[in-house]
Amino acid sequence: MTEPVALDRLHARLVAEADAAGLVDVAYRTIDSPVGPLLLAGTDAGLVRVAFESLGFDAVLATLAERISPRVLHAPRRLDAVARELEEYFSGRRRVFDVPVDLRLAAGFRRTVLEHLPEVPFGEVASYGGVAGLSGNPRAVRAVGTACGTNPVPIVVPCHRVVRSDGALGGYLGGVEAKRTLLALEGASVR
Amino acid sequence: MLDRRRLPVVKPPFEDVVTRHGPTVLRVCRAVVGPSDAEDAWSETFLAALRAYPELPATANVEAWLVTIAHRKAVDQGRARGRRPVPVGELPERAATRAEPDAALWAALAALPPGQRQAVAYHHLGGLPYREVAAILGNSEAAARRSAADGVAALRRALTSVEVLW
Repeated sequence: MTEPVALDRLHARLVAEADAAGLVDVAYRTIDSPVGPLLLAGTDAGLVRVAFESLGFDAVLATLAERISPRVLHAPRRLDAVARELEEYFSGRRRVFDVPVDLRLAAGFRRTVLEHLPEVPFGEVASYGGVAGLSGNPRAVRAVGTACGTNPVPIVVPCHRVVRSDGALGGYLGGVEAKRTLLALEGASVR
Repeated sequence: MLDRRRLPVVKPPFEDVVTRHGPTVLRVCRAVVGPSDAEDAWSETFLAALRAYPELPATANVEAWLVTIAHRKAVDQGRARGRRPVPVGELPERAATRAEPDAALWAALAALPPGQRQAVAYHHLGGLPYREVAAILGNSEAAARRSAADGVAALRRALTSVEVLW
């Protein structure tokens, strides 16, 4: 007695009405990319999460529900601007993201690191120690590694541009292959 | 040792609630307010649910909670329409395009007294135990059980000539 079409229509209506009433605390959508499907999530303040598929999108959404608000809805339109900028970036037409970013999932020094990462320009790389210096604590090299490894908004906040001081790629939360792909896309020279 | 099963239950994203319970709530709304108003009732139910969701205890029976809200919305819709909580006996044009058994079923449901129609909807379509149905209707478990049984019997009589799936 229920048809999927009716439920799709009702879902769209619910999202529109909820959005108008300010009841969508976390909106999300997925996109395809050269580094696999990505989940994008946003709050009123901006992009709050970019997640690689390897993390499990359901688990990511459950964490957002727990840490931000359970009012989580699949509201693709809300993330159109982010999706567009990412698409431009992946097709080589964008070097800098200017969508608002909400860093509430990172705290303390990790957050400070994320705030400084965009200073590493497109196509260039910095060492973990170099980013530690940018972040005002040159000795906090390991903490920079942790900040990059737990970056809630990878790609847009470019932790992939941070490599080891010997020029080796280092780790990446989306897998080393994703890091290699992103740096190749930017034309950065790395070993 | 820490027993993981006893860790606090975490509330799922609301999207999961819509996906899991949306179809049931739509069936219930259709049965209670009729096919033409069901989508309005569904939308109002989920919008109200979304509003209240952060305060819902993580251990709550989400389906019963949704059906309770849907019931209130249906009652509101009925009030808004004057003193008739029942949809009209005849079906709107839209429903006529559906398969014949459905149309006959809606008509038979619409013809039931409100208490029976609601008991049938909440128990047989909403899947709630009679205890929950009674809580929603504000009567006793026995009364809820009797209303549902009377409703199903009336539906059977009305639909003997038509094949229905439930």
